Amino acid sequence: MNEIPGDLKFKTSHEWVRVEQDGTVTVGISDHAQDLLGDIVFVELPDIGTQMNAEDEVAIVESVKAASDVYSPISGEIIEVNELLIDNPETINESPYSDGWFYKIQPDDLDEINELLSPEEYGEVCEE
Amino acid sequence: MNKTTLFEQHKNLGAKIVDFGGWSMPINYGSQINEHKVVRSDVGIFDVSHMSIFDLSGSEQEEFLKYLLPNDVDKIKRSGRALYSPLLNNDGGVLDDLIVYNLGTHYRIISNCATRSQNHDWFVKQSESYDVKIKLMNDLSIIAIQGPNSINLLDKIGIHDLDRMSDFDVKIYNSSMIAKTGYTGEEGFEVVIENSDVESFWLSLLEAGASAIGLGARDTLRLEAGLNLYGTDMDTNNNPYESNLGWTIDLNDKKRDFIGKRALEEINKDACKELKGIILRDKGILRSHQLIEHKAGNGEILSGTYSPSLGFSIAFARLDKGHDGEGKVKIRNNEFKVEIVSPPFMRKGKMLI
Repeated sequence: MNEIPGDLKFKTSHEWVRVEQDGTVTVGISDHAQDLLGDIVFVELPDIGTQMNAEDEVAIVESVKAASDVYSPISGEIIEVNELLIDNPETINESPYSDGWFYKIQPDDLDEINELLSPEEYGEVCEE
Repeated sequence: MNKTTLFEQHKNLGAKIVDFGGWSMPINYGSQINEHKVVRSDVGIFDVSHMSIFDLSGSEQEEFLKYLLPNDVDKIKRSGRALYSPLLNNDGGVLDDLIVYNLGTHYRIISNCATRSQNHDWFVKQSESYDVKIKLMNDLSIIAIQGPNSINLLDKIGIHDLDRMSDFDVKIYNSSMIAKTGYTGEEGFEVVIENSDVESFWLSLLEAGASAIGLGARDTLRLEAGLNLYGTDMDTNNNPYESNLGWTIDLNDKKRDFIGKRALEEINKDACKELKGIILRDKGILRSHQLIEHKAGNGEILSGTYSPSLGFSIAFARLDKGHDGEGKVKIRNNEFKVEIVSPPFMRKGKMLI
């Protein structure tokens, strides 16, 4: 079983969010997702300043196998993207919950996060 | 779901198992990219027992094969040789591709997994007027040993003198068949062995230092090596000239009739599309069904992926003729410049582009 850190919330489509101390939110994809994808070789990240709605397609991640969409778990403005992933997309495989984060978003409404899954609930989704 | 004899061995090695044409097969044992690189630099072993093996018997095997296949088994009249050929329907469309082996005692055909029952029915039907029996061999496994150290590896486990074999040579060793063939572009062998012996053979190869390689890496290796995948790069919708297989159509023996010959003779080869290699050096990945344009026409990406050896994306595409080496591919909302080349991209560890 893949590890799931306790301070994260998840979307059923395998994205995670972490609320930082300054009120911004970091977004990435789960360990389970990177494991399903296999070796990741390319990422397309959103532009800084883009306004996203929850459920929008926000990024693309490509493994050797296939291309997959990443959906925004919450609404808000993109304030930072992880440039490291452009030249080192394998970081997502190696460190999905830490160095392999995708982008930071200034949330419109933090309540949207309460609707996401707890680590336990997400763990059950992965078991299915 | 079908399982090969080695299924539990794959699970013990931590393989990720996927459905592969109705077979539970290892796609990787951790990292597809690492496995790919091991085969280019050292040696890897693959369980490809999902492929279909047909043994022929009867007095008219040669006559039957000369009619069944567009490539001419006259080339392997000497026993101990193997021949690649597509399998055509009457319209000249590609039904499958295969290797036929002259084992001295009889001929053997190895073809793809997804076409097993279709091929069996086709062989039986086409052999009706020949003294030939077709037997689907379910008691045999196939292990591919591929990479520059494959001869050393087999030497270590007591199989010697393989350095004298040329490509497409085949020999019988104990009750196994060893062919100098493969699907990676590296030096290597494919061993057909009784199911009852395959586990100890597999374990002895691992113990001698080989790495197990999944079918994911097999796919990126064969694409780099310029080898078509049936179903993606060729099928009944296209004739062999449109699938880079013109070299397999042997018309030297004017008197020989083979299935699809009449249809092929009516084709204007100059008007056919062609299968070419595509290179994208920018950041992006070529995938099946993306559209490509060049100065004299357009086409569609067939197999496409990231090339672990080259570090950028490569693909096959079927194109209108008349390109000048450059093209444009649309990936989602962006247009990328690509190079159009003749495959292969790599052979024997060396870049050819």
